[in-house]
Amino acid sequence: MAQAWELEHDPSVIVLGEDVGRSGGVFRATSGLIERFGSDRVVDTPLAENMIAGMCVGMSAQGMKPVAEIQFMGFIYPAVDQIVNHMSRLRHRTRGRLTCPVVLRMPHGGGIHAPEHHSESVESMLAHIPGLRVVCPSSPGRAYGLLLAAIRDPDPVIFLEPARIYRLVKQEIADDGKALPLDVCYILREGDDVTVVTWGAITVEVLKAAEQLAAQGISAEVIDLTTVSPIDSETILDSVAKTGRLVIVHEAARNCGVGAEIAAIVAEQGLFDLVAPIQRVTGFDTIMPLYRLENDYIPSVPRIVDAVKATMEHP
Amino acid sequence: MNQRVRSRDCPLSGNDNLSNEPGYTAASFDQHVMRSTPGAYGVKTVAEFKVEYLRYLDPQGNITGELPAFAKDDAALLKMFAAMLRARIFDTKAINLQRTGKLGTYASCLGQEATHVGVGAATRPEDSVAVVYREIGTMFWRGVRMTDVLLYWGGDERGNDFGGPKHDFPWCVPIATQMLHAAGAAMAFKARKERRCAIGFIGDGGTSEGSFYEAINLAGVKHLPVVFMVVNNKWAISVPIEEQTAARTLAQKAIAAGIPGLQVDGNDVIAVRDATSRALEKARNGGGPTVIETLTYRLSDHTTADDATRYRGVDEVNDAWQVEPLIRLRKLLTARGALDEAQEQAMKAEFTREVEAAAQEYFNTAKQTTDSMFDYLFANPPRQLETQKAIARRYAGTGRPSH
Repeated sequence: MAQAWELEHDPSVIVLGEDVGRSGGVFRATSGLIERFGSDRVVDTPLAENMIAGMCVGMSAQGMKPVAEIQFMGFIYPAVDQIVNHMSRLRHRTRGRLTCPVVLRMPHGGGIHAPEHHSESVESMLAHIPGLRVVCPSSPGRAYGLLLAAIRDPDPVIFLEPARIYRLVKQEIADDGKALPLDVCYILREGDDVTVVTWGAITVEVLKAAEQLAAQGISAEVIDLTTVSPIDSETILDSVAKTGRLVIVHEAARNCGVGAEIAAIVAEQGLFDLVAPIQRVTGFDTIMPLYRLENDYIPSVPRIVDAVKATMEHP
Repeated sequence: MNQRVRSRDCPLSGNDNLSNEPGYTAASFDQHVMRSTPGAYGVKTVAEFKVEYLRYLDPQGNITGELPAFAKDDAALLKMFAAMLRARIFDTKAINLQRTGKLGTYASCLGQEATHVGVGAATRPEDSVAVVYREIGTMFWRGVRMTDVLLYWGGDERGNDFGGPKHDFPWCVPIATQMLHAAGAAMAFKARKERRCAIGFIGDGGTSEGSFYEAINLAGVKHLPVVFMVVNNKWAISVPIEEQTAARTLAQKAIAAGIPGLQVDGNDVIAVRDATSRALEKARNGGGPTVIETLTYRLSDHTTADDATRYRGVDEVNDAWQVEPLIRLRKLLTARGALDEAQEQAMKAEFTREVEAAAQEYFNTAKQTTDSMFDYLFANPPRQLETQKAIARRYAGTGRPSH
């Protein structure tokens, strides 16, 4: 919907990728666009991710606003050369002469019974790259507003779409062309006892955990990080100042995950607000298993509840 | 570049691939760009190429050329027919299992059995095969068990530790990466002076990826014992071959790498086996790499997660059913008196029993423990993983169901 809005209102927007046209995308995210806007603006490309990313650099440097789909996050790796060596730094290298207003959309995360390599969440790899914004909405409504903002942003945005949310969450959305701000967190639930920071599909589990905790008298503030890079540290620090406790929940592996960066920010700037050690609840430092075991990899509600309770043991 | 322009001098569409017509001569720069008579402006031809096409058995089951030795033997042909039938019966069952929620997403091999079986029959056990995710016929021929395949698509990594040759590569979902693995395997064989070959499969869409060009280029430069099988089934999910490339054949991509490229009728198992055998023999004897493009058709959806009716017409699929690989071989074998209806029914019954038994074994295979997530990551697992292993055990089974 956001793509359709921008195609309608901004002639420089072009949607491209593998199977985005005739097929409407493997998750139907570009369904109906080719019929409405034609194959010059909704482009089925040959199968090559490095080509897609590199094309986006070329097109965007010459005034277009490509919105490209990488079919699954596990297929982004061939494109990393273009993303890291060119897309993220063309503005910087040319002192602002050439820029890359590109959006690279891709499904993120597991939990949908998908085949091998289709359940990756490697946002920290991209968050590490200077010059990139990494955005990960956790609901269709925020996806709409944030995608609009991403397309209108003058710099490259990696737009991660949690695959579980495509099917799990249904929302009515006003197609009003209103963007939501990037670079800020969204507080999904207010609370006083503990701050829980999360993003992506696992937000669903975190909100469930918060409900269970509320029933046990623990009031959790749930913050949806939303823009994974750069991190809105202010919102997080303000919340931790209020609650004194921090739990970070993400689906991606633990080692050097974005959770570590959040923990470091709070350790640097909010240490004396903390009354309990920071807890991280994350995927394990191993390969995302094939689907029979994927739900034992993705943090479960009881795991999140227990981590929060562990922080509550400190008075 | 060449001065002999074929009668059709319009831009050549990939649809010509469907006609299975042999041969290709590039349009000349001189005529098409300089718009001049050949030789004007000092332009001269410095290289030229052609792509040959191989077929022995046409869609009607007629023999179109002098058969290779193995194809004169009824038993050898019957064995390949059986292997194709076996792959198809397995394939049908796998799709049914997925439709009834007992298997995950599955990539069907329907229509491509001749290519897969033909290659399998041409390989030796000591060769190393790098598949994509559809080559059931090749893998079965090389000893991979049906249960292994079900386990993999059933979300269990043990399916990749299969019953075939232990040096064969596992299924490969990222596109085209396996081409470089095949080239690397060939490099290893060459370095150790072993008379072994590598075989790498790739699809038509995969030939657009850098890894494909990198692999064939390397193989050319290093003169590697490798055969690249380009399975042109006309569709890369929803993208048809004519939108994948402006090249008239995929085989001609080999020319740019300085290695021979051949096109074969991928629905003619005799042609596939013969071309592959010859290329492997040449490679084994130090003759270097070959690209073989097999022209076939994906009669199925891309995977069970796909719905091909969204992007391709039913007429095209119906036409492709007319030229599918089993019909023509059945006709040939029947004409030779080597196969009759009763025999084929008996084969079907046997394979159906076998598939049912494999499905049972798959159903009865207990889920791996959460330890399996950690136990194969390193030869010497770092102690840090022990903590996570314990957490995984404690919370096993507490996650949400998948759907």
